Amino acid sequence: MKQTQGQKIFGVFNYIFLTALALLCLMPMINIVALSFSSRNMVNAGFVTFWPREFTLSSYEYMLEKSGLFPAGIVTIKRVIFGLLINLAMTVLVAYPLSKDDLQFKSRKFYVGFFLFSMIFNGGLIPTYTVIKEMKMLDTIWALILPNAVTMYYVLLMLNFFRGIPKSIEEAAVVDGANWMQILVKIYMPLSLPSLATITLFIIVGHWNEWFDGMIYNNRAQNYPLMTFLQYHVINFKTSDLRPEQIAANPALADLDGRAIKSAGIVLCTLPILCLYPFLQRYFVTGIVMGSVKG
Amino acid sequence: MTRSPKKAKRSLAVRFKSELPFHLMLLPGFLMVLIFKYIPMVGLSIAFQDYMPVFGMFDQEWVGFENFAYVFSMPTFPRVIYNTLFIAIMKIIAGIVVPVVFALMLNEMNNMVYKRSLQTIVYLPHFISWVALAGIFLDVLSMDGIVNTLLGHLGINPIYFLGDEKVFPYTMVVTDVWKTFGWNTIVYLAAITGVDPSLYEAAYLDGAGRYRQTIHVTLPTIMPIVMLMTILSIGNVLRAGFDQIFNLYSPLVYSTGDIIDTFVYRLGILGAQFGPATAVGLFQSIVSFVLITLGYWAADKFAGYRVF
Repeated sequence: MKQTQGQKIFGVFNYIFLTALALLCLMPMINIVALSFSSRNMVNAGFVTFWPREFTLSSYEYMLEKSGLFPAGIVTIKRVIFGLLINLAMTVLVAYPLSKDDLQFKSRKFYVGFFLFSMIFNGGLIPTYTVIKEMKMLDTIWALILPNAVTMYYVLLMLNFFRGIPKSIEEAAVVDGANWMQILVKIYMPLSLPSLATITLFIIVGHWNEWFDGMIYNNRAQNYPLMTFLQYHVINFKTSDLRPEQIAANPALADLDGRAIKSAGIVLCTLPILCLYPFLQRYFVTGIVMGSVKG
Repeated sequence: MTRSPKKAKRSLAVRFKSELPFHLMLLPGFLMVLIFKYIPMVGLSIAFQDYMPVFGMFDQEWVGFENFAYVFSMPTFPRVIYNTLFIAIMKIIAGIVVPVVFALMLNEMNNMVYKRSLQTIVYLPHFISWVALAGIFLDVLSMDGIVNTLLGHLGINPIYFLGDEKVFPYTMVVTDVWKTFGWNTIVYLAAITGVDPSLYEAAYLDGAGRYRQTIHVTLPTIMPIVMLMTILSIGNVLRAGFDQIFNLYSPLVYSTGDIIDTFVYRLGILGAQFGPATAVGLFQSIVSFVLITLGYWAADKFAGYRVF
């Protein structure tokens, strides 16, 4: 098809507009990275835009040395690892029986009703909090993992993927004498790697980024996961919070402005998850489309 | 023909035995949902109690609808409902329109490598937590932040994006779209890829240019999915985005920025008024339940979409 004059103009405009939009997505992030590497004077004077001025690592030194970031990071790594294992196992184990049809699994209707209702009606903040409290789970890692161990969105994604696997494969395995668990582990799961990769990414990102449960289910600040730590100590940080002995030990700290330190904290807490994402990107597009729109 | 109760019982037992592996697989997930989703639903009874945390769950005083009356008569409450609806509905509309338009424009790009790079960039904000994003926006949108610096170069007076009660709700909508629009294009791009190429050829032979092909071929084909996404987002009308607003608002903007979720948080967790906070939560849950159920029903009826 030949392009008309108008189409050429639109094409150029289209490229410019979409590029500008993508830059708009990156701009705030680049600004924060630049701030995190800049000196206090330059930050205060408003000279920092998209490139560090008077390059310094002192904000990062402060963030890494300030007791709190590392312990919080360890809490987050714990919740990511245990949360991933538990959530992934639950997702597969719930999705597989529910992907069968009503004839194969007659009790399916009951379970569908049970899980569907839990999806569209919830007890809300206070009752959930009291249950966690009554179970003596406050200040434990389990309060961050178990309440959302079954995430219905992931179950639906997995279930739809399972349904796309031809029935004949399963029938052949049944003839060979395989039981349901073997069929799930040896046939369905290897065939579902794109979907499993998508859900793995979602679970890791979800646990890494979750902060609210860490805030309300922990009374002691040393149990905070990374994002709760960031919310509590960094977003609210002021240079005046520094203790005199901290400044005496490292005079460079007194030169730091809150903005630069906050920026370094944000970069440190966000970078690991952004590094993971490109590796899984090729999987999640198919995964998402499978889960949200069927047929 | 009626079956004897004994026979029915036996067939149920047989059925249970043959389905035992499935029941066992479902058991752990079933228990988790029972404990962490269903028991809290029972806990909604706090809404009808003068709840005192020092007493046990069963030793509370029942007060009927007193908590509801108390909250609904609070002078700030109508404002909170209005703010929630306003911000949520604006987010729903912008959250559909922007990704659809973006997907259509992206589809007009011929350079695949460039297109993929743009996609990678616009998906990125989806992976950043609202806590970190709030930190970014609090800085970038502050009076001496980069946005106001750049506006200053254009001769525009600084705007107090997060502290001006007139501007705040719009700041919430724009920053929310900023975070989500890229990610939300995924579904529409997939739908556009699925458009039958022969339709474009037919339209071309009929003399339709690229613009009219987009309007008359691409748009109608993706319309069912746009409708579906709209219907499914109706359930969010009372959820205006706690993570975002909690981390960005301040007492300066309570009059336009306080939403149900932040209100419940301050009332229940900070103010320890468990009864009234749960009453608001119950109200919100019931309205959401009705809306989501209606949405699922409509999605099934008009788009053939079933959740399970």
